[in-house]
Order: sequence, then C-alpha cells, then structure tokens
Amino acid sequence: MNGADVRGGSGGAMGSRGRVLARVRAALADVPADDPVTPPPGEGYAESHFEGEALEVLVDRLLDYRALVERVPEAALPERIAASLERRGAARVAVASGVPREWLSRVTARQLTDAPEAPLSVADLDACDGVVTGCALAVAETGTIVLDAGPDQGRRALTLVPDYHLCVVRADQVVDGVPGAVRLLDPARPLTWISGPSATSDIELDRVEGVHGPRTLEVLLVEPSD
Amino acid sequence: MSATFLGLPPFPEAARSAVGDSRTRHNLHKATHTIRGKRDAVVGELGDDWRRLRAEGERIKTHTLRHLDHHLERLEESVHRAGGTVHWAADAAEANEIVTELVRRTGETEVVKVKSMATQEIELNGALEAAGITAYETDLAELIVQLGEDLPSHILVPAIHLARSQIREIFLDRMSEWGVPAPPGLTDDPHALAEAARVHLRELFLRAKVAVSGANFAVADSGTLVVLESEGNGRMCLTLPETLISVVGIEKVVPTWSDLEVFMQLLPRSSTGERMNPYTSTWSGVTPGDGPRDFHLVLLDNGRTDVLADTVGRQALRCIRCSACLNICPVYERTGGHAYGSVYPGPIGAILTPQLRGMSSEVDRALPYASSLCGACYDVCPVAIDIPEVLVHLRERVAEGPGHLGEKAVMAGAEAVFGSAGALDAVQRAAGLVGGDLPRHLPGQAGKWTDTRDVPDVPAESFRQWWKQRGKGQR
Repeated sequence: MNGADVRGGSGGAMGSRGRVLARVRAALADVPADDPVTPPPGEGYAESHFEGEALEVLVDRLLDYRALVERVPEAALPERIAASLERRGAARVAVASGVPREWLSRVTARQLTDAPEAPLSVADLDACDGVVTGCALAVAETGTIVLDAGPDQGRRALTLVPDYHLCVVRADQVVDGVPGAVRLLDPARPLTWISGPSATSDIELDRVEGVHGPRTLEVLLVEPSD
Repeated sequence: MSATFLGLPPFPEAARSAVGDSRTRHNLHKATHTIRGKRDAVVGELGDDWRRLRAEGERIKTHTLRHLDHHLERLEESVHRAGGTVHWAADAAEANEIVTELVRRTGETEVVKVKSMATQEIELNGALEAAGITAYETDLAELIVQLGEDLPSHILVPAIHLARSQIREIFLDRMSEWGVPAPPGLTDDPHALAEAARVHLRELFLRAKVAVSGANFAVADSGTLVVLESEGNGRMCLTLPETLISVVGIEKVVPTWSDLEVFMQLLPRSSTGERMNPYTSTWSGVTPGDGPRDFHLVLLDNGRTDVLADTVGRQALRCIRCSACLNICPVYERTGGHAYGSVYPGPIGAILTPQLRGMSSEVDRALPYASSLCGACYDVCPVAIDIPEVLVHLRERVAEGPGHLGEKAVMAGAEAVFGSAGALDAVQRAAGLVGGDLPRHLPGQAGKWTDTRDVPDVPAESFRQWWKQRGKGQR
C-alpha cells in the first residue's frame, strides 16, 4: 500500500475490494441466480408490548433507569425549567440556538448559546453545568428519548459534555414502541438514543449509573394545559 | 504492551487449569447468573412476540448473507454519498495497514477507541503500537483489560472474570502509567470505580483528534452506522474527534433502515438484559458542524468469506455479538473465556473462531468439542443460530482430517464386533472372565476418555448368556 492510495488497493480490478467481492460471490455459489434480493415478507411483529397509557409507561421506564421525571402542564413549563435548573444549582447552561425563547424566559442561570455559525468550544461546554434541549421523539415502552440534532437540540456534543441534561418531551412526541420510532426517524441525521443517564454493567454485570455521558438526566414531560 | 491469544494451550488443557481457579469461577458464576435473570425478565415481557422478532432477525440476516455482495456494494455507495470514504481489507494485516496509514495522515500519535470486537480480532492496538501510535481503550471493561495487560474473556464484558476488588487493584497500580492516576483512597464500590474511570479518561476525550470504532450494524440503504453502548465513551469517541475510523466486519450489513425495528429490540434485551441500552449513536457519513469532519469505513473480510462458503457454518455470520450464549453456557460458566484461546469465546466462539481462522491449529481443532451440546445457546440466540448443529458439523470436519486414525480403527473394530452375534458373544465372554480386573484408567489414547469418566463394571455374564441359562433351568 502506498501513501497516495490508502483504500487497500481498491483501484485495480483485483485490489482488495475486488478480491473480497469475488470471494463473497464464490462463497455464494449455492444461491440460485434468480433468488430474490428482497426477501418475501415475514410473519411480522407487534408495535409494542404493554397495556395502559403510553405516558405512564414512559414515566415508569425513565424512573427505572434512575432518570428524574416530572409531568408538566404546558403553561407551567418555563417556571419548571427554571426550578429544575435552580434545584440543580446550575449557574451556566448551554442551549442550542433553536430552543424556544419562552422555555428559558424564567431562567436566571447564565445561558451560553451554541449556534451553527458560532459554536461553543469543547472547553466552553465542559465549563457548563448543564444543557436544556427538546427531542425528536420518545419511546414509551423502552423509556428512550431520541435526539436528531434538530434546532431545539443542537449538535451532539452539546448534550454529551455537560454533566446534566434537562430534556423537554412533548406528549405528542411519544410513540408506543421501537418500530414506530424507527419509522419516524431520518437516518440521514445523526441520532442519539438515550435511555436514562450513562451507566455501566462492566463490574460484575451489575448496573451502576453515571460514567462518561451526563450523569443526571431529567425529563419534563409536557402535556397540553387546557 | 498488548496481550495476545497466540500460543495459548488448546481448550481441554486450558479448561483443566481454569476450572481449578475458584476465584474466577466464583466471579463468573455470579456475573452470568445476574445477567441471565435480567435477560429472562426483559425477554419474557415481550411474550410470544419474542419468537416473532427472533424469526424476523434470523430471516433478515440469513437473506442478507445470501446476497452479501449486493448489500456491500449498496453500503459502499450510500456511505460515499453521505460523505464517508470506504476501504476494503481482505485480512487483518491489510486492515491494520489502512488504519495505521489513516492515523499517520492526521499527524496524531494517539487514538481513542470504542469497544470493538473486530479491532480485537485483528489486534489493531499492537499494530498501532508498532507504528508509534497509542490506542486508548475507553470502554470500562476494555480499559480494565488494557491496564491489567490481560486478555478479554467475554464479548460484552471483557473483564467479566475480575471482581471489583481486583479491578480496584489494577486501577491503583496501573492508571498512573497511562494518564490520570486513580485517587489514593479508591474503594471497590462500583460507583467509585466508574468515577475513577471517568476522571482518568475525561481529559483524553476532550483532546482526542482521532477515534477508532467498530459498529453493531451498517445499514446499506442509508449508509448509516450504528453503535450501541452504555457509558457514553462511545458518544465521546464518535462525536468529539475530527477523524473517525470504523472497522466493520462485512457480515454487519443490514439491507434497510427499517431492519433496526427488529435489531434494536433483540440486541439490548439479549446482551445487557435491558429494555434499551443507555446510548445508541447512529451516523451517516459526515454532518457539517456536528461530529467528525472525516469518516472512514474499513470493511473487513479476514476469514468471513470462508465461513460464508460453508452452507452449514455460515449461520455463524448472523451473530450480533449479544453474548447471551456465553452467559447461559454451563461450559463457559465453569471455564471462563480465556480457555477458548480466542477473541470470541463461549459457544459462538467455538463455532466462529475455527471457521474464521481455519482448522489448522490444535487450538482451533479442539474448539468444536468445547461443548456438551446441551443446546441452551441455541434457545437464547436472538437470531436463532443453531450452534449445536454447527458444532457437530465442525466435529465432522475435524474427524475427516488427519490425526484420527486410532479413533477410526477403534470404530472399525466395533463395527466388526457388533455386526456379528458370534464375535460379540466371544468378546463378551472374554470381558466377563477378566471382569473386575480391568484397570480404572486405560493407557494411551484411551486414557483421555477415562481421565474424566469411570470405566463401567463388566458383568460376569452377558444378558444373552444369562437368558440362555435361565431358559434351560425352567424347562
């Protein structure tokens, strides 16, 4: 291999690319030429596996992962965000530039805004006490929140470096199970599926929470005030 | 110095010493029973749908393998379209060369790593070390193994053979050589150990410019790579560095994004026994302003096409590395992972390793026998790999090879004796006369059998002799 072409000699007809593909084809000599590439449909599977109300299940699962959860009427959201940050003692908070302004209207902590044209440095993020975001959706059955780097969430580093993540989930963003979530998500966007705070099972296969990712996850589940 | 499996004794010998290590046996018993309980609970929650999801996982993987060339070309095209670069590596040496050259081009001399079986398999860390590049393992268990200059003994939890007190000692002794030392008053509380790992790696994550990962899945139609993890070390590596290099076995490809509907249910419940693992990252090529600017996918063969060529053995390539088969296996529970002499231990390792490496060494020829064929591994496998079927198939392949002349001669003799009533009668009479004088341990090759079993008592007369005598007396 030379420095100019690092692609494992893929340029030549029998470079590594050609060699690997030729070996694959030789290994599959038993597969008939007319075997369809798209398989016939299978038996199928369920959308979810719980009975009862999705929001209650989501709350139950989040608590099971040792996340903090609160159900909040929409009108009270700004006040609850401010209260959560105060309880946490967060003095510096990172936010993406697309976070709705009213969410932060009661916040007294210093806000550091991360914008595509003016991103915060890793050191800035490391100096933040927390981050406030929305989400793309949440999965009730597994207690999972999915971020897709949308305007109210920001790039991935934003929700990774600070030790505290306050996430706003609207009731209409909650889907029942994993299949529904996969169908709604756009694979072209960088996705982060979050199920509770960071954890490890590496010591005696026992789960303990809090390693490299945010050690505290707090979820505000927002329902219409009516 | 990175440790290697090279030169370890074959399974029967390694297992003999491993089962004598009561501390490791205790650690393994505790860990495997903890995880079995958790898996059973979250799999049970899905009721009969687990069977359907499992069948679907099997169906997708089997069909993908039958058209692997097509899906790999689609994956390459999708990744390229999303701004990534695809490299092909026929073997470990090529993969290591490609990764080393990519790191060299960045001018960096250190990389952070997300836990990856593929890079363990090709011994990438040793290759990078030889090129003056330090690879830092960031998964907690991999970190423990790296600091302790140990070998991984489990697919999911490479340090499963160690108890918390041993991990504490390794942290206190070795962390300072690699970076931030362990706090002097470190206890063996898992929370304290996790905190020590966080502090040890934090600054490294924030400064690292190059990361190396594997992937759990590579989606052909969208060019998306998927990494499931727990600690956030994966997110750190996949998000903060400027360059990301992912080494992925060719069997990891799935055709469509929607296939994740199935695998994102099967994998977490089978591996850590959770409804969902704490973090999953997915990315397609590069995203301006978010994460690495430079993404390289290294597609690795390294024996996988040999596995694919065996129509019985190829089902091993369905494996999604959950490790449920290790956790349930009565043999693994007693011997631990090191006895298998391979990066992939346990039942899946016993069928995958000999096929990947070929059966030229004694270690690889012994692996298909490292099982009691009880079938528990097949029952728990989320993609329904019939491991016992492949074990028996590989045993046939071993027996066809040289080195089994004695066994073949014994079997030919048995065929002659059992095929003729007269011959059987003569042999039984002779054995009856010798009777209790037979030694408890047979000499030579037969000794391998009597080492672990008692020679049965030989009755003074055979059933046929007894039946004849009884008939005479009654008449």
